[in-house]
Amino acid sequence: MSLFQYRLPELHNMLHSKELSVSELTEQSLAAISERDGKVHAFLTLNEEGARQSARALDDKLASGAARGLLFGLPAGIKDNIVTKGLRTTCASKFLDNFQPIYDATVVSKLRQADAVTIGKLNMDEFAMGGSNENSAYAAVRNPWNLEHVPGGSSGGSAAAVAAGEVLFALGSDTGGSIRQPASYCGVVGLKPTYGLVSRYGLVAFASSLDQIGPLTRNVEDSAYVLQAIAGYDAQDSTSAKVDIPDYLSALTGDVSGLRIGVPKEYIGEGVDASVRETVLSALKVLEGLGAVWEEVSLPHTEYAVATYYLLASSEASSNLARFDGVRYGVRVDEGGGLLDLYHNSRSRGFGPEVKRRIMLGTYALSSGYYDAYYLKAQKVRTLIKQDFDEVFKKYDVIIGPTAPTTAFKLGSQTEDPLTMYLNDILTIPVNLAGIPAVSIPCGFAGGLPVGLQIIGKEFDESTVLRVAHAFEQNTDYHKERPQL
Amino acid sequence: MSITVKDVQHVAKLARLQLSPEEEATFTEQMNAILQYAEKLNELDTENVKPTTHVLQVSNVMRDDIVKESLSQEEALLNAPEDEDGHFKVPAVLE
Repeated sequence: MSLFQYRLPELHNMLHSKELSVSELTEQSLAAISERDGKVHAFLTLNEEGARQSARALDDKLASGAARGLLFGLPAGIKDNIVTKGLRTTCASKFLDNFQPIYDATVVSKLRQADAVTIGKLNMDEFAMGGSNENSAYAAVRNPWNLEHVPGGSSGGSAAAVAAGEVLFALGSDTGGSIRQPASYCGVVGLKPTYGLVSRYGLVAFASSLDQIGPLTRNVEDSAYVLQAIAGYDAQDSTSAKVDIPDYLSALTGDVSGLRIGVPKEYIGEGVDASVRETVLSALKVLEGLGAVWEEVSLPHTEYAVATYYLLASSEASSNLARFDGVRYGVRVDEGGGLLDLYHNSRSRGFGPEVKRRIMLGTYALSSGYYDAYYLKAQKVRTLIKQDFDEVFKKYDVIIGPTAPTTAFKLGSQTEDPLTMYLNDILTIPVNLAGIPAVSIPCGFAGGLPVGLQIIGKEFDESTVLRVAHAFEQNTDYHKERPQL
Repeated sequence: MSITVKDVQHVAKLARLQLSPEEEATFTEQMNAILQYAEKLNELDTENVKPTTHVLQVSNVMRDDIVKESLSQEEALLNAPEDEDGHFKVPAVLE
């Protein structure tokens, strides 16, 4: 029987009581990958030998009776923009095809300290730029529910690997919805924590003021479990928040009676598929049945979020990606010209089209004469978007809506039209601009594809977000559905 | 406001990118579409709105000035495409 039917705390206990060994669990993960990943393409680098070695070491540790970490023996996949010492990290870019990090990201150190087993590195959109995973320089990830459809992006490999039962949990990064949107498309749980809760040290930066690392799991309890292990202040990250970390598992009480839910009319209006809207409204009825109350509210600046995001994210990206010059690491194309030619040639051959497009857009928005019109303007609108949330949270505990306006679309159907692709993120982007936490959980199906419910919370109030998600999950079975591969 | 191929060539130069004529044409069209969409922001009066550069109220994070171990030269050069005598090697900058 598959060990992947169990929740992480259950597996933790089974390993603890020696009912199961870490090596057995690791082998099951490797076997699932070898059986299914040829169809899904979730992995870019498999850490087969390293994982087996860690598993043996952990089994020895158990035998010796030494203290065990929270994620003891649990197989994890890591998005390939999070650096792992000695394990190739490519950001799904040809630029970093041969890049071997010389240190671990803080989240990776935390996973190691918690005794998790790193199975490998997961596919993504190049440098996390994209909403469909079709921008990977290696292979487009396929949606495990329907291989003709995209898994979402940019953490598409992370979501697909969890949905396909290849790993028990994965880490992703979310800049404009890159954890929640693929979680929604693949029918898994994806949590974007409050900005600053999880260290970004060792995350290859895309848009530094928006990026946040978070877990992708099969259920809400697992999400709380992984968050517990990775959250916390880190002196290595100057944007890390000094806040107390609560016990996220004990927050999962199942009780939502009297909870006040705001449902933004902009999130269930025009542009949202009727089937998605209906599924989300049915989910609200479930919460209503548990004693929560919901009312329609307004986040009036929602329609400006996409434009704001693309100006800010592209500007920050153009600045962050300036460090890729072919001198210290990565691709180098030297055709005998001078240093400037080396920069030009290395960057032009190393970056794919979406990355170039965003560098161009960002460079333009920051260039002399346009800074005020684009970058500064977008920063001001960001304030208005944040104020919208502050206003609603004066009266409501959480905000609920769909994660994405549609279910997963077909591969190749939007690649020629970047603007349409960008608009898929309209419901996730405002959360990143405001820096607040949100989770996407499975809440039903439309046309055989999963629909995600997005639960948005106040700053550092992951506990409430997870509590609501968990209460819904306890009263429905959508998270137990598995794709047939 | 619309941007021309000439603008795209200028921005590419600033961004240290060498674009093919096809890429220049595609980016001109796509950037125009995206920037035209961004004009939407001008519907809003932001005269008295303060910009949000960052959601966290953090400023000037400092650490104590303590000498710590740094990367070894070998580690720092591990991923260098070309190096020589402990340095990153680049093409000659001076004629």
